[in-house]
Amino acid sequence: MSKKRIRVLVAKAGLDGHDRGAKVIAQALRDAGMEVIYTGLRQTPEQIVEAAIQEDVQVVGISSLSGAHMQLFPPIVQLLREQGAVDVLVIGGGVIPGEDIPYLKEAGLSEIFTPGTSTEDIAKYIKERV
Amino acid sequence: MFEHNIVKTLKIKKAEWEKMVTSKLDRFPQRKTEFKTDSNLPVETLYTPAEISEFSYDELGFPGEYPFTRGVQPTMYRGRLWTMRQYAGFGTAEETNERFKYLLEQGQTGLSVAFDLPTQIGYDSDHSLARGEVGKVGVVIDSLLDMELLFMGIPLDKVSTSMTINSPAAVILAMYIALAEKQGVAPENLHGTIQNDILKEYVARGTYIFPPQPSMRLITDIFAYCAEKMPNWNTISISGYHIREAGSTAVQEIAFTLADGIAYVDAAIKVGLDVDEFAPRLSFFFNAHLNFFEEVAKFRAARRLWAKIMKERFGAKDPKSWMLRFHTQTAGSSLTAQQPDVNIMRVAFQALSAVLGGTQSLHTNSRDEALALPSQPSVLIALRTQQVIGYEIGVTDTVDPLGGSYYLEALTDQIEKEAADYIEKIDELGGAVAAIEKGFMQREIQHSAYTYQRQIESAERVVIGVNKFLQDAEMPKDLLKVNPAVADSQVEKLKILQNTRDQRQVADALRNLRTVAQTSQNIMPALIGAVKVYATLGEICDILREVFGEYQQQMLL
Repeated sequence: MSKKRIRVLVAKAGLDGHDRGAKVIAQALRDAGMEVIYTGLRQTPEQIVEAAIQEDVQVVGISSLSGAHMQLFPPIVQLLREQGAVDVLVIGGGVIPGEDIPYLKEAGLSEIFTPGTSTEDIAKYIKERV
Repeated sequence: MFEHNIVKTLKIKKAEWEKMVTSKLDRFPQRKTEFKTDSNLPVETLYTPAEISEFSYDELGFPGEYPFTRGVQPTMYRGRLWTMRQYAGFGTAEETNERFKYLLEQGQTGLSVAFDLPTQIGYDSDHSLARGEVGKVGVVIDSLLDMELLFMGIPLDKVSTSMTINSPAAVILAMYIALAEKQGVAPENLHGTIQNDILKEYVARGTYIFPPQPSMRLITDIFAYCAEKMPNWNTISISGYHIREAGSTAVQEIAFTLADGIAYVDAAIKVGLDVDEFAPRLSFFFNAHLNFFEEVAKFRAARRLWAKIMKERFGAKDPKSWMLRFHTQTAGSSLTAQQPDVNIMRVAFQALSAVLGGTQSLHTNSRDEALALPSQPSVLIALRTQQVIGYEIGVTDTVDPLGGSYYLEALTDQIEKEAADYIEKIDELGGAVAAIEKGFMQREIQHSAYTYQRQIESAERVVIGVNKFLQDAEMPKDLLKVNPAVADSQVEKLKILQNTRDQRQVADALRNLRTVAQTSQNIMPALIGAVKVYATLGEICDILREVFGEYQQQMLL
């Protein structure tokens, strides 16, 4: 595979308005050499998947701090897979209790990054897998 | 403030002392090469009267007197402690009603309602965008029926209620007024606050619905309505809290908040209100963050700067119009998921800074909020923290006990000056609304947020448990979980309501609302009419969306 820049979609799922983390991570991934598209607020799973496919990204990073992750994250993976985007790496972050993480991983999210994670670790995680 | 000759001698002596200190730095190096506050203000080794020699005592004044640097009331906490007000709400109205009653039994003195996101954005629980969000970050309110359940057994003339609601604030206020009427309480006897601050939603918090212009009209309609009928109601809580949480510095927090305040005052004057008619009911909301002295100085600087703005810029005559009264919440973003019990200490210091800064009410965060909504035991520790500060440690026995500290006064001056410079910049851009439309505040905040994160990752900024003193610890297991069945039962409740209410009355009230929204008449009576016949929040906001349009977020990344 050619050494193309990694393309990442950073998405805010649901109605949550806390976008500090999403924007900081978007900027950090950009500084780490990736191409980053940020969706802005209030995206439904369908909108996120549509953007991911349209933008031809290798990675989707979803953020929610409102506790809606259990309802909003799994459909994103499912819709991506249904539309043939089987290789897209899906990662999530936000205020997510540890006990929810196994379920989300089962649903196809590769990793969940909780508060306190360094952006460097996230960039490294992506680079190792894409 | 100090005699010229004394200061002159002092300056010479201090210069000699500094020389001596510098000469020994090789042998006794300092922890850092330079010390700065969170707003990037330089911190000197030592403060003396020399650093505040230009300073006149008039800039401090007496508590309860212009420019209110030392506090808005003459005796401050010697008279009455601040209102201890924990922000609470989750699940259904019935569940939150229980939490409210628990908090009141534990000695809390005011209520503060957290609404779920669909409510804050004007969607009923059965809307497709409400998926996964019903009852999550707050209580769900679809109609007056839910408000009746939320305040069941709580007489509205006996409590003061703060409601964190912005874009649909007028609708929720209409419900509160209608509920009070059912309880036999007149609007003039209602005490409380609606946040009603749309500008910071565009910049930092994200629960906007309508574009700026109609949003400002809703706000000035509330000002006018309350000036006439609800003299004890705080019509707005102009908020820096979320600006800070989004990553701003302390200086940016007060600069952008007061700039927003200026925009609201301008808008109200423009529609013909007299400044002294509405300004006494404006209130503010700030963050209490980690840099202790900078935070105390920030509160004092904000008070002084607002007093000057109201008196000099707007020519307000009533001293109540000059007073910046504020609520404080400790900094949620400073809490860590790692070693969550350490958060108790962070919250305590932040709360102390708010008290030493002269806050009128306070919310202390709970230790587990980086993980989930707070559990009941965690909320209790947070409330007890305030009670310890209020009753046990003596800081409430005199007014502004840190006033006169050379360091604090120097910082207060600096923060006021830097914030005033920002406000000037925003004026040049055409005011807060224009500055927001141009993305100015958003970019400044984003830049600060990124800098802050980099400082954590380079360990230049120490965060215990995250980049220093790491420890493998058991995560707490007793986190609060919102029952996932809430959404289904709420949708069911909504359906029953919509099938049993008088449909003709609802249709008439909504038609009337549409007509009024299209004119420049005050919208409050039409809203009260609609909520009383159980039109839902979503139905009402849909009408307003049709008439006003919807705000499109600026993409600045």
